[in-house]
Amino acid sequence: MAIAFSVNGKQVEVEAEADTPLLWVLRDDLGMTGTKFGCGIAACGACSVHVDGAVTRSCSMPLSEVAGKAVTTIEGLKAADGTLHKVQQAWIDAQVPQCGYCQSGQIMAAVALIEAVGTPSDAQIDEAMTNICRCGTYPRIRKAILAATGAAATAQQGDA
Amino acid sequence: MADNPNPELDVPETKEPETAAPADKPKKKGVKRRIFLAGSALLVGGGIFGVWWTDSSVKAKAKALTVGEGEHGFATWMKIAEDDTVTVYSPHIDFGQGSHTALGQMLADELDAAWDKVKIEQAPSDLAFANAALAKGFLPEMVGQTVAGLLPDAVVGMMARSMPLQITGGSSAIRFTGEVGMRKTGAAVRAALVAEAADRLGVPASELTTADSVVTHARSGKSLRYGELAAGAAERSLASDPVLKTRDQWKLIGQPVARRDIPAKVDGSAVYGIDFTLPEMRVATIAAAPVRGGRLESVDEAPALAVKGVEKVVKLDDAVIVVAKGYWPAKKGLDALSPRFTDGGHAAVSTPAIYAAQGKLIAGGKADNEGGEGDVDAAFGAADAKLVEAEYRVPFLHHAMMEPFALTGHFKDGKLHLWGGMQDPLSTRTKAAKAAGLSVDDVIFTPMIMGGGFGRRFPDLVEIIDQVALLAKQVPYPVKLVWSREEELRHGTYRPQSLARLKGAVKDGAITALRIDYAQSGSAEGEVPFIYNLPATSRRHFAYQSNQIDGPWRSVNATQLGFYTESFMDELAAAAGADPYEFRRKHLPADSRHAKVLDEVAKRSGWGTPLPEGTGRGIAIVESFGTIVAEVIEATVKEDGSPKVLKAWAVVDCGTTVNPLNAEAQIMGGLIMGLSSAMGEAVTLDKGAVVESNFNDYPILKLADAPPQIDVHFIESGAKTGGIGEPGLPPASPALANALAAATGKRIRNLPVLAQAKA
Repeated sequence: MAIAFSVNGKQVEVEAEADTPLLWVLRDDLGMTGTKFGCGIAACGACSVHVDGAVTRSCSMPLSEVAGKAVTTIEGLKAADGTLHKVQQAWIDAQVPQCGYCQSGQIMAAVALIEAVGTPSDAQIDEAMTNICRCGTYPRIRKAILAATGAAATAQQGDA
Repeated sequence: MADNPNPELDVPETKEPETAAPADKPKKKGVKRRIFLAGSALLVGGGIFGVWWTDSSVKAKAKALTVGEGEHGFATWMKIAEDDTVTVYSPHIDFGQGSHTALGQMLADELDAAWDKVKIEQAPSDLAFANAALAKGFLPEMVGQTVAGLLPDAVVGMMARSMPLQITGGSSAIRFTGEVGMRKTGAAVRAALVAEAADRLGVPASELTTADSVVTHARSGKSLRYGELAAGAAERSLASDPVLKTRDQWKLIGQPVARRDIPAKVDGSAVYGIDFTLPEMRVATIAAAPVRGGRLESVDEAPALAVKGVEKVVKLDDAVIVVAKGYWPAKKGLDALSPRFTDGGHAAVSTPAIYAAQGKLIAGGKADNEGGEGDVDAAFGAADAKLVEAEYRVPFLHHAMMEPFALTGHFKDGKLHLWGGMQDPLSTRTKAAKAAGLSVDDVIFTPMIMGGGFGRRFPDLVEIIDQVALLAKQVPYPVKLVWSREEELRHGTYRPQSLARLKGAVKDGAITALRIDYAQSGSAEGEVPFIYNLPATSRRHFAYQSNQIDGPWRSVNATQLGFYTESFMDELAAAAGADPYEFRRKHLPADSRHAKVLDEVAKRSGWGTPLPEGTGRGIAIVESFGTIVAEVIEATVKEDGSPKVLKAWAVVDCGTTVNPLNAEAQIMGGLIMGLSSAMGEAVTLDKGAVVESNFNDYPILKLADAPPQIDVHFIESGAKTGGIGEPGLPPASPALANALAAATGKRIRNLPVLAQAKA
């Protein structure tokens, strides 16, 4: 059956089984591979996208639930003129990625956090950033989030 | 080895331990690193090739693969275009460790190239690009410095091609390829460019200087760009032993240069192996026998074929594959099947049974390998010696690279084309050729970006290569095989489960003898150096092999040996009534690099200053891959009994830090991976099969549980360059256990920590 929704501001109609997770619709049907497959059970967050502005693990959201909604993926964060989102820029400035595979999801989670709370505290970062990074880029993720919001390193991190 | 491309140079199988394994136990392959070492020792003895293009056939092949119009090749490592662009070819893959950028820095520095005109690319998966520098680097570690020094580059290059060597592992890229290959190439090409400029300008070469990809003659004010000189310079022969820059002349080495691969990793444009696609491509997924060594008995294909989008079910000896229009229908089709697998006779294998067998093996006293010196038994028997004994256990560990295995294959016109990410592109071709019954020349492999690896992607141990080789021959279209996370976790090549018994004697506040007996598949001798200066030591390896395939896991045997030794050092310190830092210090040569590293980490972490009740500090120092790392962890225990790491410090002596920004990231990442494994990770077995299935029951440390910031400090000792990708990991688990013992008084001897907190 055909299901219509928008991706990065563009209307799409996808012919796929209603139970197909949004992740595989994006990757296999729409050819948008920036959103990654990590676990398939919403445990790692590599597949994080925004659905109507809320950060969502797309491996566990069936296509039927996306109908009529607005999806934003990592490919949709840049401005129309190609300027990087401030979180993407902060990721480059802090040299966050190593293998980089989880970073699309990390960035989507960070953007949602900043959109929700403005300048997050360390505790809010701890609570919101639950995506797995096997390379262990967490200290730089924290640093990049704080840099993107203009916040200096907080007391909790001031030991070094 | 069966997949040795040069049968006349047959490499012996590493000695397989005798176990009580059942009859149809699959034949195990040794760890790639060890195969390589054994192989190299035998291959000493003849041939022609070097770092340079001295062999004309190699030169022609390499040129054809990389050098285009308006470009001029100098060696398999690099080319210069007439617009001044320098392209560096890395024989190593980069799966996040940042070695591509660092290798580029090393070559560009010696070349005096403008950094913004330097590109770094993956070398083609072709024998012409086999890594001679790597062979040369590893040699002294196996045959000794003297023998290795006698070998001409030609022999080493021949060795690299025969293996064939394009491996990434052993934290080797910078210390071997960079030091031996990249820097020398940059310096030799610079000399050729200067010689060419001298002829063109009619001035002595000694009056010329180089900077930013330009050769300048200051007296006349004339200059020539590298791009203008490239054509002529490329016709000149390169010096085999060019003069390298001294430390004070470096402009790029040692600089915190931004990594070249990062921009594509923040906007979703980087294409990983799992992202690769071709017209008409199908996607497949697989279920292999749950018990390693089991076989597919039967499967009714109908339920899968009834799923919309499923096109084919393919049976392998030990697995069933479902091919569909996309991953989701393939997965649904696979889930609909009820395949019957044999257990290979391994039904009795379980985690407790393995520990029991390992304990029994050690108790039997028949070691397979022994290192150390002095008479430990005499010291243990001394009348006034205080004896300490303890048993330690560590579980199998999963690599958990974030990108599950994916490999695309297309069998067309008698040739097998493969696209994906492996730690050794050349041996990927060898393995696929063998599985598909093709010659290596008929397998074309395109290496792609990898979402992690940590030792999981050594082709010899990667079954997906064989699976895709077999699958692709059965279908007319390109097919991408994607493993589910469950498949990935349950069919790993794990860090071995290992058990150790340690015994130490302390007298007058100092260790008089230390014995470490450990049972696991491979021996750590020659790999993990023993750093303390003790009167008598013995480290005995008892070979034990389960039905699992043990593989190299980031920092390999230094993880468990580091945990055993550095935890037990604290136990001995306690027996001596000494401070753990002072106690270690006492057993290290006073002016050694180790002592300096230890002193620095103690100083930076405020060792000895008071801490709140319930909080403790732990210290540990481990040398691996030529790099010395000491770490201090400050930790406490939460109300639910689980540990909480508060702060972490790492001090590193890797000789020279090529890119401090990236090196810091590698040390932080290693430390966090070490903490993650110590805290919660364990692959356990029941009835021969892996119990855990996904990240819900194999927990990876998350941001909230990682230290918010890690203080990483490098000591630029200038000693022989060491590795950076792995050495940050081993000290983390003993430092954590030592911190928790300091905080709670309870010594943790079995990992992971959380399993014990729950027990």
